[in-house]
Amino acid sequence: MKKKESNDFEETIVALATPQGIGAIGTIRISGNSAIDVANSVFKGKDLRKQESHTIHFGKIVDQDIIIDEVLVSVFIAPKSFTRENVIEISSHGSPYILQKIIQLLIKQGTRFAKPGEFTKRAFLNGQFDLAQAEAVADLINSDSNAAHMAAMNQMRGGFSKKIKALRDELIHFASMIELELDFAEEDVEFANRDQLVELILSIQKEISKLIESFRIGNVIKNGVPTVIAGKPNSGKSTLLNVLLEEEKAIVSDIPGTTRDLIEDEIHIEGISFRFIDTAGIREAKDKIEAIGIERTHSKMKTASVILYIIDLAEENTLDIREAEQKLKSLKIPWILIGNKTDKLSESALSKLKKEFPDMIFISAAGEVNIDILKKSLLNLIKADSFKTGDTIVTNIRHIESLTNTQTALDDVLKGIDRKVTGDFLAMDIRQSLYHLGEITGQITTDDLLENIFSKFCIGK
Amino acid sequence: MFTEYDVIVVGAGHAGCEAAHAAATMGSKVMLITMNMMTIAQMSCNPAMGGIAKGQIVREIDALGGMSGIVSDKSMIQFRMLNKSKGPAMWSPRTQNDRMQFAQYWREALEANPNVDMWQDMVTQLLVENNRIVGVKTGIGQEIRSKSVVLTNGTFLNGLIHIGEKRFGGGRTAEKAATGITEQLIELGFESGRMKTGTPPRLDGRTINYSILEEQKGDEIPGKFSYIPSHNIKEQKSCFITYTNKDVHEILETGFEKSPMFTGRIKGVGPRYCPSIEDKINRFSERDRHQIFVEPEGWNTVEVYVNGFSTSLPEDVQYKALKQIKGFENIKMFRPGYAIEYDYFPPTQLNLTLETKLFENLYFAGQINGTTGYEEAAGQGLIAGINASRKTNDLAPLVLKRSEAYIGVLIDDLINKGTDEPYRMFTSRAEYRILLRQDNADLRLSKIGYEIGLASKERLDLVYQKIKGIKTLTNDLKHKKIDPVNINSSLERIGSSPIKEKTSVFQLLKRPELNTEKILQLDSSLKGYLSKYDKEVIEQAEINTIYESYIEKEQKLVEKVEHLENYIIKENFDYRKIKALSSEAMEKLSITRPKTIGQATRISGVSPADISVIMVYLGR
Repeated sequence: MKKKESNDFEETIVALATPQGIGAIGTIRISGNSAIDVANSVFKGKDLRKQESHTIHFGKIVDQDIIIDEVLVSVFIAPKSFTRENVIEISSHGSPYILQKIIQLLIKQGTRFAKPGEFTKRAFLNGQFDLAQAEAVADLINSDSNAAHMAAMNQMRGGFSKKIKALRDELIHFASMIELELDFAEEDVEFANRDQLVELILSIQKEISKLIESFRIGNVIKNGVPTVIAGKPNSGKSTLLNVLLEEEKAIVSDIPGTTRDLIEDEIHIEGISFRFIDTAGIREAKDKIEAIGIERTHSKMKTASVILYIIDLAEENTLDIREAEQKLKSLKIPWILIGNKTDKLSESALSKLKKEFPDMIFISAAGEVNIDILKKSLLNLIKADSFKTGDTIVTNIRHIESLTNTQTALDDVLKGIDRKVTGDFLAMDIRQSLYHLGEITGQITTDDLLENIFSKFCIGK
Repeated sequence: MFTEYDVIVVGAGHAGCEAAHAAATMGSKVMLITMNMMTIAQMSCNPAMGGIAKGQIVREIDALGGMSGIVSDKSMIQFRMLNKSKGPAMWSPRTQNDRMQFAQYWREALEANPNVDMWQDMVTQLLVENNRIVGVKTGIGQEIRSKSVVLTNGTFLNGLIHIGEKRFGGGRTAEKAATGITEQLIELGFESGRMKTGTPPRLDGRTINYSILEEQKGDEIPGKFSYIPSHNIKEQKSCFITYTNKDVHEILETGFEKSPMFTGRIKGVGPRYCPSIEDKINRFSERDRHQIFVEPEGWNTVEVYVNGFSTSLPEDVQYKALKQIKGFENIKMFRPGYAIEYDYFPPTQLNLTLETKLFENLYFAGQINGTTGYEEAAGQGLIAGINASRKTNDLAPLVLKRSEAYIGVLIDDLINKGTDEPYRMFTSRAEYRILLRQDNADLRLSKIGYEIGLASKERLDLVYQKIKGIKTLTNDLKHKKIDPVNINSSLERIGSSPIKEKTSVFQLLKRPELNTEKILQLDSSLKGYLSKYDKEVIEQAEINTIYESYIEKEQKLVEKVEHLENYIIKENFDYRKIKALSSEAMEKLSITRPKTIGQATRISGVSPADISVIMVYLGR
C-alpha cells in the first residue's frame, strides 16, 4: 500500500478547464484555500478578496506591469463551489499561448498544476457527491452526446442510488424476518413466509435485470454504438457512410456556437452516437462479419454492436441475400440488412423483393433515398428510446459488477429455498446480495437488520 | 498484609470469576476482591446459561479453558439444544441451572486454584502512581498492590434500584452499591454513561397451578457445554409456558403513572430486545398476549423465575397483574421485579485486548463495558484475565478475530461500535455465522487455549483425536459408494427416490430426508460401520459434507475481508481533513483511531462510502 498521506489538500491547484486547442474562450480554474488571494495578486481590477460569491468581474491579468490578457473572473467562495473550496475561474481569450502564460504565472504565485481528475476528487472528498455521483461527474465530463449527458445527470442527481436503495430496503425487511426466526426462535415470533420471499426476490431480480440491461444502453450512450458497415465490394458501403456523416456534419454546423470538431467516423442520431469501427478497413474489407464475430466472443461486456450489411441489388440475387441473412443470424449481433441501389431496379422487381424480404431496408445511398428510415431502424435496433422515459441507466462498470454479484447471490437464495435449506444459509446469501447492493449505495448491513428487528417486532423475554 | 499481585480482579461475577481463574491457571498471582463472598458467581437474573448465540460463547469459553461450561454442566437441571430445526450454525445449547449449585461450583473451582487469593471488601479507589495503575484501595482502607487491575463491577457502580416510585442504592436487591470508582475514573479522564436493566419477580412455586400450563421438557438425551467428558444428568426439571392477557395488560397500565420508566425517573438506556413487560405493552399495544416462561431456580427450591415479565412497576401492581395470568390465580411472590440503573464506560475507550487506552494494565470486562448477559460477561472476563496475565509476562496479547469466535465479534463490536444500550450477542451480529458454530468451538479454539497455558493437554488431545476421526469419515463419505441393489428397497420404504447407479454417501446426504446414520442403516452391507466413530465426529463429518459449499463460500469471504486488515492507517491520521466523511464517521474515526481499513469498516456510523473516501484519500 502506498502510504501517502500527503497534505495535497492544503495546496491550491490550477488547471485549464476548457479543452486544449484553439477556441474563442479558454477558462482556467483555481481551487483551494488561497485561490482568491492568488488570483487577486495577478489581477488588475476590483479587489477580488472583497467580492461576494458567484460574482463576475472584468479586469486584466498582469505579470508585474505587463498585461497578459483582458479577462472575466468568476468568484466562488467555499463551500458554495464545485470543489467546496474557494474557486476562481478566469476566462481569457482562447489562445494556447495566453492560457499557458496565465497558468505559469499562477504557479509562480504558489499554486500547483492539478493532476488529472483532481478537481472532481476534491469535490468528492469534500462531500459534494457520493461515490456513484462522483463517477457520474467523470462520465459527464467525458460525455459528448446528448443522451450520455442525460444519463450522467440522472446518476449525479442520485436517481440510480435511490432506486437501488428502495430495492435494498425491501430486501432488508425480509432479511430481518429471517434473522428474527433465527435469533428469537424461542419466542412467540412470526416466520418469514418463503413464498413471499420468492416473489420478492423475483421482482427484485427483474428490476436488477433491467438495470443490467440498461448498462448495454448506458454503454451505447457513453461510448457510442460500435457499428460496422459490411457488404461485398462496391455494394455502396462508403457511399452510405459518407451520406450518414455528411448529414450529421450539416446538422452540427447548423447549431450556432458549436466548436467541437466532429470525429470523422462518428455520427449522432437523435442524441445517440454511432461509432464506425475501423472505417478505413470497412472500405476495403470483403467481409468484416467473421472478424467481428470472433472479437465479440472475446469481449466480456455485452456492448451493443450493430452490423449494417449492404446488398448490392444490382449485382446480387435472392440466393446471395439468403446466404447473407443466414450468416448474420448466426452471429447473434443486432443487424440490419440493407438493399442498396434501388434506383437500378425496376418497380416490379423491387416490390417483389420487398415481399420476399420484408425486414430488408431498401435505400439508394447515392440518391439519398430512405436514409431516414434506415436511421429510425438503427435507433430501434438498440432500443435507445428507453432512456428517454427518464429511466435509470447504469453506465458504470463498478456498478454493473455489484449488480451482477447481487443477481448471483439472489439466484443462490432461490436455489436454497428450492432445496429447502434452513434460514441461516438463506440469510448468508441474502446478506451477500445486500452487501453488493450496499457497495453501490454505501450502506451497512448488520446494524440495519437488528435495527429493523427491534423497531418492528416485539421480542425479548 | 498483602504481597504484590500480578493481577487484581475487582468483582466476582461471571466476568470476574473467569478473569481470576484464567490468570491464575496461567500462573499469575491473583487477588479476587468481592464485596460479598456469599454471592460469588451469582446468577442475578435468570437461572440459565447459554441459548442462541450465547451457548456458542459458553462453548468457546470452554474450548479456551474457561470454567463457565463446566460449572453450568455440573449445576444443570435441564438441557436443551435450541433451534434444532435450523441449520447447524443455529443449534444453540442452553441449560437451566440450580442457582445455588452454580455459585457453589464456581467457588470450588476458584478455591481449588492455589494462585487465587480472595478478599471481601469494597474497592473504592485505584492506586495511581506516575500515571500508572499500581493497585487498589478498599473501603476499610487496605492498599493492595498489583501489576494490573481488571475491573468487573457489573451493575454495582452507583447502582440505583427502582420499584415503582421507590428507589434506593444497591447493586442487586439487598446488596450495597459500589461508590467511588466512577468518580475517580472520570477524574482520570474516562467518559461514563448510565444504563438500565431489569429483572422479573420471583414467585412461590407452591402457589402455581402447573397442571394447566404448557410444559417444556428438557431434551430426551441431554447434552452439555464442556468438550471434556463428564457425567450427564439423569433427571431433568421442566420449564412451563403461560401467557399474559388483556386483563393483565389493563392492570399493568394502571401502574404506568408510577412507572419509573415512563415518568422519566430512569435516565439510563435499557435494552430493546429485553424489554420490560410495561415496555412491551406500551410499544406493541396491538399484541393482546405475551409469552411467559416459568423457570425453576433449582433442585431443592420452590422459587421460580418468571421470564418475560421484567418490570419496575409498583410491587402491588405486579402482584395484581400476575394473579390474572393463567396458572397464577393463587400466586404468592417471594420478591418483586425491579429495574436497576448503573454506570458503564463506553467500550470505545478500550483496546481489542480490553485494556483501557488511557491506562496500561487497567482492564474492563462485563457490564462495565455496557454489555448484558452472563455469557458475554464471562467471555470478556476470560480475555481480560488472559491478557492481564500475558502482559505481566511480557507476552503478546490474545485477540480473537471475528472469523474465529463470537467472543471476537463481541469485543470487536464493543470497541469499534460502542453501544448505546446493553449489548447482547445475536447470531446475526456475526458475519461468519456458518463458521462460528457451537459444534466446532473446540476445533477453532482449543489449540489457542492450550498454547497460552489455559486449556489442558487432555483437552487438546481430544481435539486432535476428533480431527483425525472427522478426516477419515469425511473422506469415506465422499468415496464410499452404495450399490443400488443394497439400498433401493429401503429408500422406497421411507419415500426417498431410488438410485440408478452406485452413489457415494456424500451424494445421498444432500437429500434432506436422509442423514448418515439413516443411510448406513438402510444399506445392509454397511451396518455397524459407524460404530467406531464418536457422535461428535459423525456430526462434524456430516456438517462438513452437507454444507460444504456454504462453508467454503464463507471462508472465501473471510479471506477477502481480512485483506482489508493489511491496509494500515497511520496513528495520527487527521480525519478532519477529509470533508467528504459524514460528520458522524469523522467523529467516530477520530475517537476510535482504527489501525487498519478493515477495522475502520466495522465502526458504527462509518459507511462503505466513507471507507471509499478514505481509500481514495490514501491513494488506493
